[in-house]
This record gives sequence, C-alpha cells and structure tokens, in this order.
Amino acid sequence: MKDALGSVQSVLVLGGGSDIARATVLELVQRRARTVILAARDPESLAATADELRAAGATTVETLAFDARDTASHEAFVADVFERVGDVDLALLAFGVLGDQEEAEHDGRAAVDIAEVNYVGSVSVAVPIAQRMRTQGHGTIVALSSVAGERARRSNFVYGSSKAGMDAFFQGLGDSLVGSGVRVMIVRPGFVHTKMTEGMDAAPLSTTPEAVADAIVRGIARGRETVWVPSQLRYVMTVLRHVPRPIFRKLPI
Amino acid sequence: MTEPLIERTELLTGWSRTAPTAATVVELHDVGDVDAGLARAGRRGLIARGLGRSYGDAAQNAGGIVLDATTLAGFHEIDVERGVIRVDAGVSLEAIMRTMVPLGWFVHVTPGTRQVTVGGAIAADVHGKSHHFDGSFSNHVESFVLHTPKGTTTVTPESDPELFWGTAGALGLTGVVAEATIRLLPVETSMIRAENLRCPDLDSVMALMAEGDDQFRFSAAWIDCLATGASLGRSVLSRGDHATLDDLPKKLRRDPLRFAPKALLPAPPWAPNGLLHRLSVAAFNELWYRVTPSLHGHVESISSFFHPLDGVNGWNRLYGSCGFLQYQYVVPDDAHGAVRQSIEMLSEARAASFLAVLKRFGPGNPGPLSFPQPGWTLALDIPATVPGLAELLDRLDQLVADVGGRIYLAKDSRLRPELVPVMYPELDRFADLRARVDPTGVLQSDLQRRLALP
Repeated sequence: MKDALGSVQSVLVLGGGSDIARATVLELVQRRARTVILAARDPESLAATADELRAAGATTVETLAFDARDTASHEAFVADVFERVGDVDLALLAFGVLGDQEEAEHDGRAAVDIAEVNYVGSVSVAVPIAQRMRTQGHGTIVALSSVAGERARRSNFVYGSSKAGMDAFFQGLGDSLVGSGVRVMIVRPGFVHTKMTEGMDAAPLSTTPEAVADAIVRGIARGRETVWVPSQLRYVMTVLRHVPRPIFRKLPI
Repeated sequence: MTEPLIERTELLTGWSRTAPTAATVVELHDVGDVDAGLARAGRRGLIARGLGRSYGDAAQNAGGIVLDATTLAGFHEIDVERGVIRVDAGVSLEAIMRTMVPLGWFVHVTPGTRQVTVGGAIAADVHGKSHHFDGSFSNHVESFVLHTPKGTTTVTPESDPELFWGTAGALGLTGVVAEATIRLLPVETSMIRAENLRCPDLDSVMALMAEGDDQFRFSAAWIDCLATGASLGRSVLSRGDHATLDDLPKKLRRDPLRFAPKALLPAPPWAPNGLLHRLSVAAFNELWYRVTPSLHGHVESISSFFHPLDGVNGWNRLYGSCGFLQYQYVVPDDAHGAVRQSIEMLSEARAASFLAVLKRFGPGNPGPLSFPQPGWTLALDIPATVPGLAELLDRLDQLVADVGGRIYLAKDSRLRPELVPVMYPELDRFADLRARVDPTGVLQSDLQRRLALP
C-alpha cells in the first residue's frame, strides 16, 4: 500500500534498464518499497540493478522479460506480475526508443517501430495494468512521456509524435480512473543525460536521471497529474506551443 | 426474507484525508447484513467502518468491502439503576451522551471527539484525558457481540479473554462488533471542574503531572512544539474532575445535567494547502499560551473540556487537499529523555504542530494491539506537506522503539512495517487469535496490508 506521505511498497518497472527507471526505483526503495519487479526485453541486463536494489533494502526483486513490441503477450504478462506480488502500488512505464530520425523519414518500417514501442506498446500494457489496479482499488501509474510530445519538432517528429500519442492516451486514462483510487502521473522530462541520449548535443535546460527520479517521487507524494523536469519547461513549452509554425520550424531546437 | 444490501463504490480516506482508496461500501441496516457481507467478501476481504475518525487507513479496504456501521445505531437496553447500556456498534458517543448525561451517566472514557462509534471505540481501544484513572474504552465494556467468519459469539472478558482483549485495539481485524454492553460513570452534573496551569518549560509540566495527576480524573497538557531554548516544551496543563452539584454556580444548579452542545461553525469546504503553516501556528501557539489564564476551580462544559474541535464541523479540511498526519507515541515512565528529545526534534524541524498533547498513561490492558501502556504519550498533528516529514517521523519511530515505546496504530498512516513487532511484542499472540477466528483472512484493511499485520 501507499502511505500518507506517498511512499509505496511494491513497484513494477517496465523498461527497468533505463537510467531514469533505475534512479527512481532506487529512491523508492530507500523509502518504503520492498518488492520490485524489473522488466525489460533482456532481463539479464537487469541483474546489476537488481543487486543494487537488494543492497538498498528491497527484500524481493525479480527480473522478468517484457517486450513492448510483443503486444499479444502483455495481458498474460500483467496477470503474471499481479499473481506474483499481489498488490502493485506503482507501475512505472519507462520503456521507449529514440530511434533514428533520418532513417525513420526514409524507411517506413523504422518509423513504425518507434511508434510501436513508444505508443502501441504503452497503450497495450497500460490497459491491463489499469484494469488490475481498478480491481485492487488503488495504485499509481507513472508514464514517462517527453517534452518532445508537446509539439512535434522538425528534428525528431517521429519520436515526438509517438510520445504525443502516448501522452494523450495517459491523460485520458487518468481522467477515466478518477474515483477508482488509481492515479496516473505523466512525466515530461526535457533532455536527460542517459544511455539513450549519449553522444547527442544537450538541449538547454538539460537534466539528469537523478533529478527526474526526484521529481517523480515528489510528484507521487503530492498527487500530481503532470510533472515537468526541470519544472521551468512547463512555461517554456507553454510559449513554444503558440509560436507560429513558419517560425517554429526554423527554430534551432 | 432478506432485503438486498445497499452498496456503493466510494473513495475513502481516514480523518487525515491522505491516501484515498476505493471500496464497495455496504450499509448495515440489521445484523443480518453483517453476516451477508462476511459471506460475500472475496479475495479483497472486508472491514467495518464507523464515523471515519481514525486518522489513517485503518477503516479503508481498497478493492474490498467496507461495512458502514453508522446506519446500525439503535439503543437496546438502558439500565438507569446500574448505569449499563446495550447499544448497536454504530451508536456514537455523542448519542450516548445526549441520552445518558441528562439521566446522570457519563462515559468513563471519551477521546477528543464525541463523533466516534462504539464499534470504533473498541476497535481503536480509545483513551482520553482519564486514562491514568480509568484505563481505555474496552476496560468499561462488559461484553460485545462479535461476528467473525467462523460465527457469531457474545464475548466477555471472562468467557473468552483472548478474543475479548484481542479485539480491543485490533482495528476490526478479529471481526465485526455488532453491539456492545457498556458500563457508565455516575455524575451529579454535566460540568467539569477544571484548572489550567501555565508551565514555562517541559520539566515543570512533567514534574507537575508526575506528582499531581492522581488527584485529578482528567489531565492533559497542550505543548507548544515551536518554543525553543529555555522555553522548550512550554505548556498549558489542564486538569479536572466531574463537578459536583456544590461546585456549580447557582445559575447552573437548576439544570445541572443539561447537555446541549452545538456545532458552532462549519470549516470552509476548501482551504489552501499551507494555510496552517509554521507562522500561523506559531502565532496561534503564542496567543494560546499568553491568553490562557492560570485558573483554579472554574467549571466548563463537557464539550468545551473534552471536545473543543467538535465545535468546528469538518476541521480536518483546514489542512487543505494534501491533508495532515496525526502522530502519537507512548514511552515508559522513565523515558523522560526520549520525550525531551522528541520535542527537541520537532522544535528543530520547525514542524508546525497545531495540537501537541502530552499526557501520562496509567496501566494498559491485556490487549496485544491495545495502544496504551504506562508512561508518557505525546500526540501531534502536522500538515502532510512539511518538507522532510517522512524522515523526521522515521527518526521519531526509532527513538520511541529504542526506549520500549510504541506508536498508536489507529492514528498511523506511515509506520515502517518492520517496527510493528518491536513496538507490539505480543503480535504472535494476535496472530494465533487471527488464525483461530479468521483463518482465511477475510478481515482485511489498507492498514493491515500496509503494516503486514497477521
């Protein structure tokens, strides 16, 4: 169960290998989380993170295989997780691919892959998670969106559009769950220094996985529906959203 | 012919308004509904709920059934000679006082609000300003009718001491109390003869309480947790006893048992988070300390002496949408140092506590989950938004556990589960009892899941 100060006891992480996921779960375990299910396409890659969580105080850490593209398996995967741990207090959806914009603009299959992982995969697994949480009468779903989804940019619109889709889905999902005891929190980080962005030029207001983790944990405690990291991005994006397109597409972002 | 159960899905919280969860709320209209509810409970189980005054998640059951006992609220027998009543579990202490005070009977134990049900008072084994004199609520219960998944029994301390005391303070996890028979206290008047003493620091108030509490049926001190340095722990000690007819001024003697409390004003339905922050609370505390005269032998009404907050309907909303936390510990008599240290920690953290109450408990009862034990108890409420609150309370828990103390589960909403067996060393006895009356674990609550209670 979650407690009055927003700490949770059991966590499911999809995309458990991501830097943001790792930092977030570590912080949750340092509070009250004792049961953690880490899932990723290659569960063996999660061993080090699992050890780290055990050392931090988690009593049950399991690593499972989860493939966002294999939507047919999602229902059974979610059922299995809830069977294993009983209540899941928090589900963190942290999987996603950045893809290669160049390639995606010329190869339909590459573009579809980004859309499938980031959008279709999220929708597919979130529906059974929400359903189970509704039945248990409580729970929090944290969905890692991106500022890229707020307005599609010329430089990464394939990725941006997939995040825009998943972001919109989770907004609606959150509204549909009002009164059920289940909450949805959407996280919109800007540029985060992670494995996924290694070698890229950092955008202004760039941040770290630890800062995102911190914002997520505080957001859960305060019952937020949306979290921007860093928080100033909310105002930056409010302005950018209204910039006329002829100007927007010429902006060096 | 049984009527269909009246039920609805509802988002529930405790009085602190934190951590809401959804449950199927079933109204109880007769005792048959209790058994129907128990029979229907699925994997997510069932818990009974009264007026929702438990601060934390004791009367919540996410995804399961919550029995609303407030609709089962009849008086069955009133023995005016002996001062014994048999009532449904949903009867409130307010209703008992309205009925019985004019007849010259008062409850032995009242918590800081009259808005609790008899079932809830047993489930939390509530205590009041009279604990050093009268013990806790269950000490004055002659018997109760308990519906468990294994059947219904009338339980007295003699017929089944394990079940009787195991139910006291067990927060509904041994079954659903449907009715109870309670002993009352004869009173000549509905007034309290009270005295207030201003104490400049912690040592002075603790010394006064240790020496003089046995001369007063009621005793509790309000502590200013924001005072520092030499004023650390400055307090107003309030003590008293039931007033006799002779204590009353002439005007009140005509109707000495009059009991007619009014709800003064409703709290606004919406208050901003942070309305009760450090500065506003500091100002209030200063004022409270300054304006409280040291008075000897004045008389006060029951509601002003015991239930000042009942005058504001829904005062819990004043803390805003993020809610607040109530925290209460008890440490043994000799753990003076821990009391001082805890107040220092609160004072240093500048954690604004609107109400911090220090009291000395008398002996506890045999209930393995009953909170009171002899020693010093401190209760406080703090806005949930205070930065660093989780860590501060974790450190307080550890301090309390280290000296052999415990925290009050009926008020808890964030304790580390590992500390429960340390604070309640007879938890195994409780586990045995649970295995006997509820082997399949039908009785469940959010608190039970959160603290991994057996």
